[in-house]
Amino acid sequence: MNFDFSDDQRLLQEEVRKMLAATSTSAEVRKTLAGEAPYSAAVWRQLLDMGAAAAAIPEAYGGAGLGYLELCLVAEEAGRHLAPVPLASSIYLAAEALLQGGSEAQKQHWLPRIAKGEIIATAALGSAETYLTAAPLHFDGSTLNGSVSALPDGSVAGLAILRHDDELLLVDLAAAGVSRRTLPSLDPTRPYAEISFAATPAQRLGAGNCAALAQRVLDAAAVLLAFEQVGGAARTLDMSRDYALERKAFGRQIGGFQALKHKMADIYTRNEMARVHAYYGAWALSSQAPELPVAAAAARVAATTAYNYAAEEAIEIHGGIGYTWEMDCHLHLRRARYLGQLIGSVHAWRARLGDELVKGAA
Amino acid sequence: MDFRDTPEEAAFRTRVRTWLEANAQPRHNDDERFDEGMNEEQRLAAAKEWQGRKAGAGYAAITWPKEAGGLGGTPMQQVIYNQEEGKFLVPRMVFEVSMGMCLPTVAMWAAPELKARYLPPGLAGKEIWCQLFSEPSAGSDTGGIRMRAEKQGEEWVINGQKVWTSSAQFCDYGILLTRSDWDKPKQEGLTMFIVDMKAPGVEVRPIHQMSGDSEFNEVFFTDVRIADSHRLGPECGGWKVMLSTLMTERLSVGGNLPTNLHEGLITLARKARWNGRPAIEDARVKAGIADAYLAMHGLELLLARGITAVSQGKTPGPEMSITKLVGAKGMQDIAGFAMELAGAEGLLTHDTLGQEWRFMQRLWLSAPGARLAGGTDEVLKNVIAERVLGLPGEVRSDRKIPFRELER
Repeated sequence: MNFDFSDDQRLLQEEVRKMLAATSTSAEVRKTLAGEAPYSAAVWRQLLDMGAAAAAIPEAYGGAGLGYLELCLVAEEAGRHLAPVPLASSIYLAAEALLQGGSEAQKQHWLPRIAKGEIIATAALGSAETYLTAAPLHFDGSTLNGSVSALPDGSVAGLAILRHDDELLLVDLAAAGVSRRTLPSLDPTRPYAEISFAATPAQRLGAGNCAALAQRVLDAAAVLLAFEQVGGAARTLDMSRDYALERKAFGRQIGGFQALKHKMADIYTRNEMARVHAYYGAWALSSQAPELPVAAAAARVAATTAYNYAAEEAIEIHGGIGYTWEMDCHLHLRRARYLGQLIGSVHAWRARLGDELVKGAA
Repeated sequence: MDFRDTPEEAAFRTRVRTWLEANAQPRHNDDERFDEGMNEEQRLAAAKEWQGRKAGAGYAAITWPKEAGGLGGTPMQQVIYNQEEGKFLVPRMVFEVSMGMCLPTVAMWAAPELKARYLPPGLAGKEIWCQLFSEPSAGSDTGGIRMRAEKQGEEWVINGQKVWTSSAQFCDYGILLTRSDWDKPKQEGLTMFIVDMKAPGVEVRPIHQMSGDSEFNEVFFTDVRIADSHRLGPECGGWKVMLSTLMTERLSVGGNLPTNLHEGLITLARKARWNGRPAIEDARVKAGIADAYLAMHGLELLLARGITAVSQGKTPGPEMSITKLVGAKGMQDIAGFAMELAGAEGLLTHDTLGQEWRFMQRLWLSAPGARLAGGTDEVLKNVIAERVLGLPGEVRSDRKIPFRELER
């Protein structure tokens, strides 16, 4: 039994943690909050140069050729430090879709560019929930028309992978007929854009069963996002604990009041449950286990509920100061929502978990 | 990262499994029990016989040194043995307290001649031990016990009442926490003894639990005499001895936890009907199944983290407290949800609903006790807050005051 990461993997995590503590500071994150930049180029460059962002991309395609376990730990640190970078869009979704479904030529062409940071990629692989009615996509085999309403990092992306009916399409966003509109978001540190296509050249991503491929990519993304959420939730609890030790009321540290102790014990319990489900997801993802659909959905649900809860209660524990713009509590509250809804809500993933469990018990 | 045994662990597992297959019947499901249809005497005889057989093979105390009757093995080997034994229909509860708490305390604190007297028969299943700490007015607050120990020459005279004592009606000996000095603050006036449960003045009365079972007892002591040689640790050193007992309570990461309860829900939901359709088709039911998996598989994974620490030669710390928090509440939630599947009929006992309900109904009846035993949810949350998160301890008004002056 070795339900843990290796010493080498922990060493990489430690290096990433140190780097992000120095670069992905509150001041840096707040540049994106203020809309001064769509992402932190400095933090992104460091993650790329360390080989951390492209940890799971094979060396043959310009990546570090480490693996998913390493990428999971990178994600945990990115979440802990609120890294305002296109990891989810470019790495967990687009690069993963290329790796799992791309033709050799597509992989050769795009993956090294993503791994080296020459382009940022984005993807929309289908979400259970929608509200807006975008102009429907129409693909005639070579050109694409229509629009996609909310692409993560869409304003800076050079490549998009889009779900269209039963196909996944690969679109070079430098091509003709692409127009973009940045959309204000409740988490300005991770922006969305609407992208419209007018006779834009596009091609199919690989061949084969698109629904299964999209689901496989979403499962991987669910595990990786869960690690970001676990990192964010742990950081949020640390902040709450530290503040509760420092703040005094009624002549005592407020952290000594049982109402707050038990609240923080509850947060810790949910965080650790999320952590073990995320670890199990990491194991399933890295070992190509048939348990991946169940493990990924469980990681998604546990981590989403844990981070939302930790972030909501952090403001409660901080009291009035926690509700101010200057404190970082709201950055976590916003990020928890972004990560928890990016690939579909907790309800869709809980339903998927239930379906998979019932199927598995047949 | 993997869930496989190391080669050494795998070899030990094979050895244990081979022995179990030769000596016990395999268990087929969670509901199956070794003592189906047995009366109390038969159950006790079976438990003693099994303990003796384990001791003969060295499996009764795997981590104890060979010269003390153990196997000289590692904590991980104990974990592996527990996992494998959980797959067989064998008595597990009767000797849990003897082996997990009492005998290790005797081994740590008793004089050599007492160890020689008590350890071998305890290990071999010839004598059963109980733990006598809790009292009616001292549950979570164990330091508030009032069992009176008065020294008369080379003897102590014991008076008072204990409660929630497992298996006291069968026990031969117990470790007994008493108050020997009422002028010291509460935790400083305690003394621990070995007590003969068959001695004159010891009276055991079973407690009728809300589940209908009687696994626990009240024990009354009236002028019970204990020789001073049977004191464990120094006079007024009982608090430290008790903490050592709780520390040796072995990591219960064995194979007997119902971590696959979502499967039980699926079985029931296939048969139950909601609005005329199989309940299993309803999204709310599937969400409930998902939540059951999240809780109980999460528990299994938490235990896997603990086992990983043991396998690496580390001792899991207070963070493992969350396993009982999650497990006990998870059991209660899942059993309640199972009942809801059948609506009004969900209140009928398994005699009417069918045997497939027996396990869930037993869980529902035992869950409130599971949330209390070994530390209430609230005590465990304090443990997590204080010992894991480093938050301040509770404000205490009773720490420095002589016990007799404490308001009651």
